[in-house]
Amino acid sequence: MKKFLMGNEAIAMGAIHAGVNLVCGYPGTPSTEILETVAKNNDGSIYVEWSVNEKAAMEVAAGASYSGARTLVTMKQVGLNVASDPLMSLAYVGVKGGMVIVSADDPGPISSQTEQDTRHFAQFAKLPVFDPSSPEEAYAMIGDAFAFSEEYGTPVLFRPTTRVCHGCASMEIADTKNVHKPEGFIKDAKWTIFPRLSYQNHIKIEKRNPILGEKLSSYRFNTVTGSGTKGIATGGISYEYIKEALGGCNAKLMKVSTPHPFPEKLALEFLRGLTEVMVIEELDPVIERELIFLCGKHHLNVTIRGKLSGDVMQAGENTVESVKSVLNGYLGLPAPEKSRFLPPLPVRPPVLCAGCPHRASFYAVKQAMKGQKAVFAGDIGCYTLGNAMPLDMVDTCLCMGADVTIAQGMQHIEPDVKHFSFIGDSTFFASGITGVVNAVYNESDITLIVLDNSTTAMTGHQPHPGTGRTMMGNITEKVSIPAILTAVGVKEVSVVNPFHLTEAIEAVKKAAAHKGVSAVIFRSPCIAVSKPVASYQVDSGTCAGCKKCIKEIGCPAISMDSGKALIEPSLCFGCSLCAQVCPCGAMKGVRYS
Amino acid sequence: MTVNCILSGVGGQGTVLASKLIAQAAMDKGQNARTAETIGMAQRGGCVVSHVRIGDEIHSPMIPKHSADVIIGFEPAEAVRCLPYLKKGGVVVVSRKAIPPVTSSLGNSSYNGSEMIAYLQKEVARLIVVDGEKISKDCSSAKVLNVALLGAACASGILGLSMDELKNAISKRVKPQFIEINSKALEKGALAAKMTVPHHT
Repeated sequence: MKKFLMGNEAIAMGAIHAGVNLVCGYPGTPSTEILETVAKNNDGSIYVEWSVNEKAAMEVAAGASYSGARTLVTMKQVGLNVASDPLMSLAYVGVKGGMVIVSADDPGPISSQTEQDTRHFAQFAKLPVFDPSSPEEAYAMIGDAFAFSEEYGTPVLFRPTTRVCHGCASMEIADTKNVHKPEGFIKDAKWTIFPRLSYQNHIKIEKRNPILGEKLSSYRFNTVTGSGTKGIATGGISYEYIKEALGGCNAKLMKVSTPHPFPEKLALEFLRGLTEVMVIEELDPVIERELIFLCGKHHLNVTIRGKLSGDVMQAGENTVESVKSVLNGYLGLPAPEKSRFLPPLPVRPPVLCAGCPHRASFYAVKQAMKGQKAVFAGDIGCYTLGNAMPLDMVDTCLCMGADVTIAQGMQHIEPDVKHFSFIGDSTFFASGITGVVNAVYNESDITLIVLDNSTTAMTGHQPHPGTGRTMMGNITEKVSIPAILTAVGVKEVSVVNPFHLTEAIEAVKKAAAHKGVSAVIFRSPCIAVSKPVASYQVDSGTCAGCKKCIKEIGCPAISMDSGKALIEPSLCFGCSLCAQVCPCGAMKGVRYS
Repeated sequence: MTVNCILSGVGGQGTVLASKLIAQAAMDKGQNARTAETIGMAQRGGCVVSHVRIGDEIHSPMIPKHSADVIIGFEPAEAVRCLPYLKKGGVVVVSRKAIPPVTSSLGNSSYNGSEMIAYLQKEVARLIVVDGEKISKDCSSAKVLNVALLGAACASGILGLSMDELKNAISKRVKPQFIEINSKALEKGALAAKMTVPHHT
């Protein structure tokens, strides 16, 4: 059956076709739609969960794989850092049922903190990694990955990049589904990691990987095509850019779909007869280093060029144009045309939506701390956008959960400054709780602001432990954030609607005055998961044109028109924040019936 | 034959659905399609660009510069921002209404939508300006701009798709209760294109 699928959907459908029994993960762009697609197409035979974080997901899947199930774990590349503890040990212990760990990389980066390369993680963990170059290849390759994992009793990594994950393509999808019946857990000493077992397994892995490299040399998606003395080596989406840039030129081209264990035999065949190789890949020079190593090992007189030689850019994503520029210098192919000159364009960075409760929360804290020295530690989610003017309320952002602990470190050094940490509800469950326990135990003096919008907003509104909904469609007990905070010893906890501005400011003032750890939970649903209750318009006769609404809250629905504020009706969510800020009372609300 | 189409706008305007409709219609008539989307942080009111490519000899999901047959701009400045993708003689379909970003309201950058339209009129051989605001009002929905612009692009003939083929795609991809209103917006957009006289060729 021919279907038009996004790369992430293709990965999900491929896993379902391969008979996956259990799928878990934590949302993260560009990986999120994989798990969602499995849940959407689940006939009830697959267990699917959004785990509380990537480490939990990896361990849940490991347990199921120990029991013989085929498992899929999904996350973005920085999620793999969180899951690296179980991953490193699991590489030594191994699995029974096939276990595929999807870690989606994000060259650019487009929606990430780092441009880290999962292929390096594979080398570090000594695990096989599959690297698809297109959505349709991802569909076929995920099945190969399951078979490979099971054959060698090892978890395997699968790393698509953003353009594969979020690219859509027409592809042929199988109507049938393989049924995989898990055998169940069989007790054996091999499942308990001990130093002696680790030593033995380490030897086994080092013996196994060159054999895998040899086998992968004939893998269907590792290919060498074309001819000539100047070769090109690549992997992932860059392969498609090269094909496009080459046009009719039949240059010798090697595509590496399994960067680890490196298909040495195939690479040696590719290098034979070449004088030079240009390696075009995204993120780190992984293939480039492998080829340099191989040339050294076999005394080959081939010049390997790429990122390390300065021929290919070190950071950012490749494009057809960037590849054309490289091939212009290398093979004398036509250079890309020069881009036209454009007039000055307005900058349009992403912003908090009109009606977003985070805007009100940030504003309330800002008002409460007016004139006082305060630092605002932020975190990962939509609310990172609170850094933009005019709110300017995010002083730091590092990684999931770090807001709580960064604030503590700062507070120890500058005890006279008030330190706030801002954390979303999903991030709180993922990795905020231990930080709060740390603060209580170590007698820190910080105020925690929990931005509870009842969803995981940035990645597209996934449920989490506080929502009471699971990916199996069940209604479950909601895990209460205030109850957790109280239980771990936070003495001052309040729950406030941030759109009740006066009340919100008072709650922050009270929490800030408390010595020790205090918390304010701002609770109001994300506008994407709720319905507007009203709409506001500006009474231009009353509006003084002071721009306070724009300068204070920066709502994208408000602009100036002929010296008066103007609310764009299609964007206004009726949150009322502008009306509470306006000194003239010019914002008139109409409640929907 | 290959058709390359760029859809550019502001996060939340519905570019992703519009790109899916084009791809669906092309696939329904046996063609292959590829698209690339902006998903993630940029979706929150930032610039978003969808690439749609129809044809068999296509590798990159992203359209190379100077290769787009048509740019569908959901907003004047976002259409201009994507002009480097337009091929010589390509078509631009653009919604007249500007969406000023918060940065310009704060006075950090100036933005005048009609200046952008004037620039497009000067630079683009085949420009179709759509009064999306009026069509939205006529359809009593702020959410039909994407389909209205598709109607205009379709009527220009550049997509190689018929109105019926797009309507069929709408009926497959849009919730049943919104099919009628979207079909209406598609027609109104097509009408706007037919009333546009080329400025210079």
